[in-house]
Amino acid sequence: MTELLEVQNLRTEFATDDGPVTSVDNVSFSVRPGETVGLVGESGSGKSVTALSIMRLLKENGRVTAGSIMFDGSDLLTLPEPQMRKVRGNAISMIFQEPMTSLNPVLKVGEQLAETMVLHLGLSKSEAWSRAVELLDHVGIPRPKDIAADYPHRLSGGMRQRAMIAMALSCHPKLIIADEPTTALDVTIQAQILKLMRQLSTESDTAMILITHDLGVIAEMADKVVVMYAGEVVEESDVYTLFEQPKHPYTQGLLGSIPQISAPASGRGSERLHSIPGSVPSLLEMPTGCRFAARCPERMPTCDDPVELLPLGRSSTGSVPGAHGDHQVRCVLYEEGRGPSDQPSGVVSAGAGPAGFGAAGVDRDRTKG
Amino acid sequence: MTAAEIEDATADDRRPLLEVVDLRLHYPIKRGVISRTVGHVKAVDGVSFSVYPGETLGIVGESGCGKSSAGRSIIRLETPTSGSVIFDGDDISQAGERSLRRVRSELQMVFQDPYASLNPQLRIGDLLAEPLIAHHRCSRAEAKKRVREILTTVGLNDQYVNRYPHELSGGQRQRVGIARALMLEPKLIVCDEPVSALDVSIQAQVLNLLKDLQEDFGLTYIFISHGLGAIKYISDRIAVMYLGKIMELAPTTEIFNRPSHPYTELLLDAYPEPDPRLRDRERMVIEGDVPSPADPPSGCVFHTRCPYAQEKCRIEVPQLESIDAADSGRGQVACHFPLDKPSRRAFAAPEPARAGRYSATSGHGSGEGA
Repeated sequence: MTELLEVQNLRTEFATDDGPVTSVDNVSFSVRPGETVGLVGESGSGKSVTALSIMRLLKENGRVTAGSIMFDGSDLLTLPEPQMRKVRGNAISMIFQEPMTSLNPVLKVGEQLAETMVLHLGLSKSEAWSRAVELLDHVGIPRPKDIAADYPHRLSGGMRQRAMIAMALSCHPKLIIADEPTTALDVTIQAQILKLMRQLSTESDTAMILITHDLGVIAEMADKVVVMYAGEVVEESDVYTLFEQPKHPYTQGLLGSIPQISAPASGRGSERLHSIPGSVPSLLEMPTGCRFAARCPERMPTCDDPVELLPLGRSSTGSVPGAHGDHQVRCVLYEEGRGPSDQPSGVVSAGAGPAGFGAAGVDRDRTKG
Repeated sequence: MTAAEIEDATADDRRPLLEVVDLRLHYPIKRGVISRTVGHVKAVDGVSFSVYPGETLGIVGESGCGKSSAGRSIIRLETPTSGSVIFDGDDISQAGERSLRRVRSELQMVFQDPYASLNPQLRIGDLLAEPLIAHHRCSRAEAKKRVREILTTVGLNDQYVNRYPHELSGGQRQRVGIARALMLEPKLIVCDEPVSALDVSIQAQVLNLLKDLQEDFGLTYIFISHGLGAIKYISDRIAVMYLGKIMELAPTTEIFNRPSHPYTELLLDAYPEPDPRLRDRERMVIEGDVPSPADPPSGCVFHTRCPYAQEKCRIEVPQLESIDAADSGRGQVACHFPLDKPSRRAFAAPEPARAGRYSATSGHGSGEGA
């Protein structure tokens, strides 16, 4: 199966007062038609900048300095602006966290929907309007005719996000990029929107890049997951493998730090969350080796050397880059020839994998007063 | 006092540290040139609960449910419209500034956004010393020493005394917010969404810190959050709020293993579980939005979205009553037709998704489940 979108070695830099910073570094991943790819990471991981780079919507001080973004046969990075404008909102559309920032407050909801369809699909104004009402109905908005004639600020957060989704769908895109689409919503409204997005993705063949910091949302929605940390991809895998056998110590730490609510509640006092000590390194002082090393319980001397994203068990020399669907990790623990089993005095016995996030009390992340 | 002693104390003598009785906080809605009051937003509408020494009461609900307004009324950032707030034996609901000043040293708050609650022009050291000096607790030299101690307690190096809030990361700022709340050795801390603005890995750090501090200093918490995960992790008992009222108030195990109120069940259903094998689980999604607190539905405020609502629910307001008259430990529910079955979730959970190594550790007593 051919890829719909193929991001390769993407590097995005921003000019700041303190000098240039690299927000996205050597990021590669691909999306197949109809597939939902989850891009997960904490603030500063570069997940949103990756999305804006694909859409070529970076702020003025931002620039893609390396890589390619192949979409449907052409490189979006070299496309002339008029053609890129045709791609945006047409073949690729975007859903943002706060719909109010992307909806025009002085245009009626229906007008905004109709506008894009007049522009991209060449519909007449009245055709576009009735199509807009249909779309609003389709995304579960009650009284779609009235809402179409209403202004965005009159809608609740959940309704606005539905309108936003209707707009994203209006030109039958091949790819939707949803950046934290439910983060600003209450949990019961979030459940409604996620259900709607799932329905829409099963009934159409639209692919989606879902950007979120919420592993719960990823677990509910994604087929494939790309975990980002400090501007790099640290792990990539299908969703089931990622949650059952996370490999990168960061992914493991992240999963350990969310309280699971389906585990039977046993009362307070007995549980401890596994926290990751420290915080993300500054973009200005990025280490040359593994960027997670300073917070990693598995740290070894080889962590200070550059490390690549590789399919499990392969070495960095002479191997082909990972194929679609491979479980890939950027960590020396899993690198043939560099892992702990290959060290003179193995910290971890071969095959045991990392065992750092465990022993109770070890991660009591504060000094006793 | 050790944790065990606190547990014994709460078991033996159940005298609450805080008692909230029929608390109401109504905001007037003003319209027109002469600002005529045309109605009221009933942010908190008849809420009663007690908090016992050494425990954590979680308050959970969606935006507009009144959880933060309740918290702010308790520490008297707002003056309640009616009802009483009895803290350590005194009703402070209508107390004047002078008597409040005394109470406030024992009653502290940690806010969601520490950046907004820390004066940006003060160094961390001065920020933390301020309450000690304002309450004439000690000399400046002693205050300095105390500040360094507290910083270490919340896991910050004492070098931080000379930093400004903007130089700190979100997690570090929240540690400072917590340190500041601790300065006067309070009895009760109201934590209003203390981890909601933080990244997941940092949330865990702060939640663990709050738990450790509670153990070490015998603190009592009211923990307000919309996040079910954090609430479950930290609370002994949980109050579920909806449109200014408590729908259910029960021990954490009951809320999660055997929810009695349909709204509690639906909240649990809505939570996106970090386990992809649960994505097709049986669950219900409530349609529609939360009604406006300025014009709440008649009868049970939840009836407009409740899948089990009947005629009675539209007419009669259900009172918060014991779930099981024979077993007060099961908690209270405000519902005419409470559920009586184990949580759907208890069945939905397959084998633990991840090895014990990096899932939350269970120290003692795994509980009997559902």
